Amino acid sequence: MIHAVITVDRIRCDGFGTCAQLLPERVHLDEWGYPILDPTPMTGEDRRHAKRAVAACPRLALTLVKAPR
Amino acid sequence: MSALRQASHAAPTGTQRLLAASTGVDLAAHLSVHGSNPLRGRSRRGHAGSLVDEVEAAGLAGRGGGWFPTARKMRAVVDAAKHSRKDAVVVVNAMEGEPAAGKDALLCQQQPHLVLDGAVLAAEAVGAAVVHVAVHRGTRAHTALTRAVAVRTSSALDPVELRVVDAPGRYVASEESALAHFVGEGVALPVTVPPRVFESGVRRRPTLLSNAETFAHLALIARHGAAWFREVGEPSAPGTTLVTVSGAVATPGVIEVPTGTTLRSILSLAGGTTAPAQSFVTGGYGGSWVRATDALDLPWSIDGLRPVGGVPGAGVLIAVPVDSCALVEASRVVRWMAGQSAGQCGPCRFGLAAVADGMNRLATGHASAADVRLLEHRLGIIPGRGACRHPDGAVRFAATALTVHEAEVVAHLTGRCTGTRRAGVLTVESDSVRLPVERPGEEWR
Repeated sequence: MIHAVITVDRIRCDGFGTCAQLLPERVHLDEWGYPILDPTPMTGEDRRHAKRAVAACPRLALTLVKAPR
Repeated sequence: MSALRQASHAAPTGTQRLLAASTGVDLAAHLSVHGSNPLRGRSRRGHAGSLVDEVEAAGLAGRGGGWFPTARKMRAVVDAAKHSRKDAVVVVNAMEGEPAAGKDALLCQQQPHLVLDGAVLAAEAVGAAVVHVAVHRGTRAHTALTRAVAVRTSSALDPVELRVVDAPGRYVASEESALAHFVGEGVALPVTVPPRVFESGVRRRPTLLSNAETFAHLALIARHGAAWFREVGEPSAPGTTLVTVSGAVATPGVIEVPTGTTLRSILSLAGGTTAPAQSFVTGGYGGSWVRATDALDLPWSIDGLRPVGGVPGAGVLIAVPVDSCALVEASRVVRWMAGQSAGQCGPCRFGLAAVADGMNRLATGHASAADVRLLEHRLGIIPGRGACRHPDGAVRFAATALTVHEAEVVAHLTGRCTGTRRAGVLTVESDSVRLPVERPGEEWR
């Protein structure tokens, strides 16, 4: 089973907030609209939601990486 | 070689190693004091030169603030060159981005050839053919380094090419990725890491980017050996280190001490405090405040200051006297740090501005307890959420100012301030607010 962690390129990110809408389990927005990411690894359904969030980011700022052991 | 010539090339004894001589750009004077640069020949790509073993044995750690083991960094660059099949590049960070520091400026004026010798030796050891010397344009250090490079180039002294790079003055420009980006592309903005600079820096080449002082120590290690280097200082991070002492001291300036010297000794070398200190800023404007009573007898080193949350950083020690309002002093600096944001990352661009506002409200006695809680909340969520460590440093500076001066915070919440001394113990370029830039402008180029 693949465990994935969501990461963000802080320079590309412009605070659109799409990620928080599509992945509220792992992404919260600070008061300025920028993501605070929960580094807990995801599997299964959560991971699928995360993939959608990554694809939907208008700035392509998100990446899913394999969780460190 | 006559005995007299040998004597003048003898290893520096005592604690003055970098500051023992001041030969300036005079190459003949430099050679008569230090002897010629002990070149070893350029290493093949992917092979670390023997100098790296010497540097490792010496335990040299970077003096730019990170205190990262220099040999490890050199090996990482060599490995990256091997795997990427790209030749490495060396960058000397002589930017002295830290506003409270003056050590690199002094070193580059007094011993530019020692810095350049070290960079050339490092270039050989990592297989680099070019050394870029990044220095703030319009400064004496820039003049000294430019002249020193010119003299060396005209006498074909070095087997590698030396280039002086006029870099812009913005604080973030001396952040590692910003500097490498500038040297390669002309724009001094931090870039997202990974990849780190040792893997992909100047024009995506593996880049050995180190502080000017680090290279100067390296030049001496190459001449006098690892055992000599370890004769002074703390075993875990040996040698001498340059410290810029300022604030309420009789003779502020740059001094050289063995690592692990107590703060009390460092202050006395700066003429002693002119008024009792309530606290110290350690490390710089991205560093930490510590209570004077807690820190006076601690060793100046990473391990030594860790128990009280202090950091040696880029060798900055500021004595803040009891009659200052530390919150006002801190607030001015945080405002400046917020203005130095590159503006690329929301948590830094907006977060530091909000923190600066919060610190200002507190410093001027307009904050409520709720304001302070909000300030603390913001300080908690900003670190780690920028592309570089600028916001982390600014937050650390602000947060430690609040914890160390808790009594003063309480006083300000009730509209009192115990400070009587005029603000300005911690100097900032100007007191006006600098808004983060919308687009990179001239100041980034």
